[in-house]
Amino acid sequence: MSSELRDLYQEVVLDHGKRPRNFRAVEGANHRAEGFNPLCGDQLTVALKVEEGVIRDIGFQGQGCAISRASASLMTGAVKDKTCEEAELLFARVHQLVTEGPAEVDTEALGKLTVLSGVSEFPARVKCASLAWHTLRAALHGAPEPVSTE
Amino acid sequence: MSTSGLDVARVRADFPILHQEVRGRPLVYLDSAASGQKPQAVLDAIAHFYTHDNANVHRGVHLLSERATEAFEGAREKVRRFLNAREAQEIVFVRGTTEAINLVAQTFGRKHVGPGDEVLITELEHHANIVPWQMLCEQQGAQLKYVPVDAHGDLVLEGLDALLTPRTRILALTHVSNALGTVVPVKELVRRAHAKGVPVLVDGAQAVTHFPVDVQALDCDFYAFSGHKLFGPMGIGALYGKKALLEAMPPYQGGGDMILSVTMEKTVYNRIPHRFEAGTPDVAGAVGLGAAIDYLEGLGREAIAAHDQALLAYAEGALGGVPGVRLLGHGRERSGVVSFVMQDIHPHDIGTILDREGVAIRTGHHCAQPLMKCFGVAATARASLALYNTREDVDALVAGLHKVREVFA
Repeated sequence: MSSELRDLYQEVVLDHGKRPRNFRAVEGANHRAEGFNPLCGDQLTVALKVEEGVIRDIGFQGQGCAISRASASLMTGAVKDKTCEEAELLFARVHQLVTEGPAEVDTEALGKLTVLSGVSEFPARVKCASLAWHTLRAALHGAPEPVSTE
Repeated sequence: MSTSGLDVARVRADFPILHQEVRGRPLVYLDSAASGQKPQAVLDAIAHFYTHDNANVHRGVHLLSERATEAFEGAREKVRRFLNAREAQEIVFVRGTTEAINLVAQTFGRKHVGPGDEVLITELEHHANIVPWQMLCEQQGAQLKYVPVDAHGDLVLEGLDALLTPRTRILALTHVSNALGTVVPVKELVRRAHAKGVPVLVDGAQAVTHFPVDVQALDCDFYAFSGHKLFGPMGIGALYGKKALLEAMPPYQGGGDMILSVTMEKTVYNRIPHRFEAGTPDVAGAVGLGAAIDYLEGLGREAIAAHDQALLAYAEGALGGVPGVRLLGHGRERSGVVSFVMQDIHPHDIGTILDREGVAIRTGHHCAQPLMKCFGVAATARASLALYNTREDVDALVAGLHKVREVFA
């Protein structure tokens, strides 16, 4: 297997893709958004329970490839108990990570999310990795329309 | 390697793009249903046109314009022969299948479809043969109905007569499904639609590349295809329409060449097919399309069809032997594509890993989202075959799928 492929499909990514965490409905959710990737027909819903500016609970449902499921799964773990502002900052860092690569980003601040860095070598897969994050952002901002990666 | 009379090694030599490495591996191109590669003869024809004959058509009195006009109208005659249309004026040059269908929807459709009327299409269609009709129905207050597809990927024809009601104004259907490879029994459907006075448009984009098509034998009213899938240039395609229908249709786009005279008050529209070809056409595109048709006819379209069937059977057998692979689409007659899913592995991931092996396939919904829904999947992986593909290409795909299994083991 090529090293790029190994970087893309790291153990952690495969694990989260197979067994996504927080793959469920969120009871008492007060923020919600739906995201589509028209390129492949993938669709996911992100639901959050936000109290006093803090994300107390988050879950996602839908269908997607290993990359999009892993990214969504890792995201739910990363933003739980963070403030909405911290989640926004994380969104920006992850976006930079998957588009520009790990050299450009403060990987320490990203923690486990750095496993997504392999995506930067696969421009066609950036949308898969970022779909959940765009949808999270839309949910936080209360966007009325479904989010599309197009 | 040769299957059924087609010398594939010779064919491959005609396609320069195939002889390259991608990702450090020899290219295995199995995405011809999305766009076909171009033989040297097509590349040469385009270069020759721009090098020697380039000028506008139907206007100039000078030699280059004469040559360009001759080349353009010569290409139209080639398309006529290719589809076995009665007359060259039944062939309208368009940008591709999508524009051809939009043209019919917005001219014939707007004239004949009114509030409460119905447009009938099928669940096999890709978006180009869905969206223009949805738009038309919305504009005119009409209803869009679908002929259903069964679990094999065949159309369910038992209820067809009930779907063809006195309000049905047109039936639009694909000849070959781009997502499943199902070959639709167009002739039978045309006969049954005509029995109720319903005209039929056929989307032939995936058919003309694989087997001979005779619009007179099918008796369809419209037939659309794209140049780029037929190993010709992108941005050119053709619409066949029966002369009487085209003549009765209002114009499509307004502009130069579609008119006989313009005064401040009134425009007299040109004869068919020029009435539907406003503005400067893609002359080099038409010339390239003509060259592609010459190329295919030189090889023999029956031989190409036999190659398609032999390779398809081989591919279905080979892919069916990969653990975890499930083939979709078991229609009675099939052509050109193998669509499949792999247990617990998303088609997108399959596509990425195959790409690193130099194997180009399509993954996704193939612009046929309603059809994917019928099969309960969001996407499939699709290997599409063309005249230049070999068993070795299929073997490379199978080897790649074993790599996919390794990654996700």
